[in-house]
Amino acid sequence: MEPDAIINVLSRTVPASGLEPVQSIDGMPTIYVALDQLVQTCRALRDTPELRFAFLADLLPVDYYPREPRFEIVYLLASLGTAGFGDTPKRLRVKVRVPGANPTAPSVSSVWPAAGWSEREAYDLFGIHFTDHPDLRRILMPDDWEGFPLRKDYPVQIKQPVKTYEPLQVSQEQFVANIEATRDRARND
Amino acid sequence: MGDNDTDLPVLLTTVDKVVNWARRSSIWPVTFGLACCAIEMMAMSASRYDIARFGAEVFRGSPRQSDLMIVAGRLSRKMAPVLRRIYDQMPEPKYVISMGACASVGGVFDNYAIVQGVDQVVPVDVFVPGCPPRPESLIYGIVQLQKKIDKSKVFV
Repeated sequence: MEPDAIINVLSRTVPASGLEPVQSIDGMPTIYVALDQLVQTCRALRDTPELRFAFLADLLPVDYYPREPRFEIVYLLASLGTAGFGDTPKRLRVKVRVPGANPTAPSVSSVWPAAGWSEREAYDLFGIHFTDHPDLRRILMPDDWEGFPLRKDYPVQIKQPVKTYEPLQVSQEQFVANIEATRDRARND
Repeated sequence: MGDNDTDLPVLLTTVDKVVNWARRSSIWPVTFGLACCAIEMMAMSASRYDIARFGAEVFRGSPRQSDLMIVAGRLSRKMAPVLRRIYDQMPEPKYVISMGACASVGGVFDNYAIVQGVDQVVPVDVFVPGCPPRPESLIYGIVQLQKKIDKSKVFV
């Protein structure tokens, strides 16, 4: 299915002004979607009978520093072509532009739950915030890490002292209560 | 023991020998593989290279039963507190072998996420070079550690 055909189908449910086909060098159909109608378009891509892109294969941000808009998020979709998941197997690449100042994008985890961890990764490494994400925390780097390592302007060769101790995961009171409970149990036995 | 003080060192040297013999003859490593070096470490403990010849074949799942920690692979900054905690849980006397280029100096991973040498986290007794070191190299490292233990003083 060509990108123009996909946009034709999509324009029945979402405003076509935010959709834009692009020429891709690898022949994979690719469309740009406006940031403010991303979730709406994704839901249409998943639910429209001719499309049925039920599977989000991957989600990846790209940093085009110093260009503006600085970030792009690429969604790789697949329609499986089995019963209930579209007529023929097909793939689609959806791109969305995100500005560099205070980068924020709507989360598509309400459309494809698989987006949850990918969006956490995007937040962790690129610092893109996803609104309405159920659990937006760092996923790869330590929780107290400073900065976003895969940004183009991140100082990669930074040398920081290695942290060798983590604070206790339980509170002082819980720790003492745990030891006392074990001790009492041992005495009762 | 007599009144003569010169008797004392003779006795202590003998105890040193016996204790050191016991320590070096059964160095039990903790199971702690971080990356591809762990594959060579497993090969070392398997039948072809057979580290049992040197008494170090019993890989323990608990640090509390181990004498040696082989840091086999690159250590990420997120993993550093974990490594340190496992080291702290091992009973004395304890030894550390830094296996391979990544554990020793960071190797090819000269970046923000990898600790550039585990000696920033734990005291290392023997560095084994290689990427990854062959099992023979690691066996050589363990033999070097045995020699080091042999020379140590039990009572100072």
